[in-house]
Amino acid sequence: MYWGSVSEFLEMGGYGLYVWTSFIITALCMVWEILALWRRRTAAIAESRGITRSIG
Amino acid sequence: MNWSKYSAPLAFYPLAGKMIPWFSIVAALAIAVGLYIGLLVAPTDFQQGEAYRIIFVHVPAAWMSMFLYVVMAVWAAVGLGLNARLSFMMTQAIAPTGAMFTFLALLTGAMWGKPTWGAWWVWDARLTSELILLFQYAGVMLLRTSIDDQRRADRASGVCALVGVVNIPIIYFSVQWWNTLHQGASVSMTAAPKMATIMLTGMLLMTFGFWMYSLAVILSRVRCVILERESLQVWSKPAAAAEVAEVR
Repeated sequence: MYWGSVSEFLEMGGYGLYVWTSFIITALCMVWEILALWRRRTAAIAESRGITRSIG
Repeated sequence: MNWSKYSAPLAFYPLAGKMIPWFSIVAALAIAVGLYIGLLVAPTDFQQGEAYRIIFVHVPAAWMSMFLYVVMAVWAAVGLGLNARLSFMMTQAIAPTGAMFTFLALLTGAMWGKPTWGAWWVWDARLTSELILLFQYAGVMLLRTSIDDQRRADRASGVCALVGVVNIPIIYFSVQWWNTLHQGASVSMTAAPKMATIMLTGMLLMTFGFWMYSLAVILSRVRCVILERESLQVWSKPAAAAEVAEVR
């Protein structure tokens, strides 16, 4: 372990804002992509069910 | 095993479904260990201070932005050459993830540039060509949505993706060809890495994690695309309804 304390870790030697913004936005984008895909899948399944049912 | 049968979208659909959990698990593990090494174990950089830790997301995102573009262009070429529907679906599925990593590479680059160079953005060759890559991804996606006819949309965005691949070597070699503010490659295929082993390990693990993540989300998206497109086909080919219902 490189860090001496939690606050030291969060401060990132004074670069905390830049470092954490980078990591958090990257994480948010990836989580958002997964959620968006999950919603798209739910919609695609519902749409497909409707179409196949109306055809019979 | 007859692999060619998986070129049929409805045959590929369940295969993709089986692969997604494995890629997801490997991605989560690699990213977890990569973050642990990058944020908690790796020592500081003597020149850049702790701001250097941004490279643990910046470099993997930038590599994926270029790598995914090449993969997308290869699928476009296969689609155009063989007129294979699944190939165009792969092209369609890769573009959003590639665009996301391009955006992240630019954003995290700005986050690194401000404390290190004193500027969020400079118009140097590396940054500018990467920004153009973002526009290329946007172009490929917009071209598809702007054409109603599916086959024409596939071919037009496929050609667009294929032509744009010339920018990839420009991005990659920009730091050698021009005098850029962006530093040269720290890791290359021809020379020993110019960084400590523990930093390199963290960066490679993050890259591997992002790669596996990309595979998982791209396969998930191609499944959505298959379902959306094949469901619409059912209108003209009612016999296909049972097939769609089976994979769904």
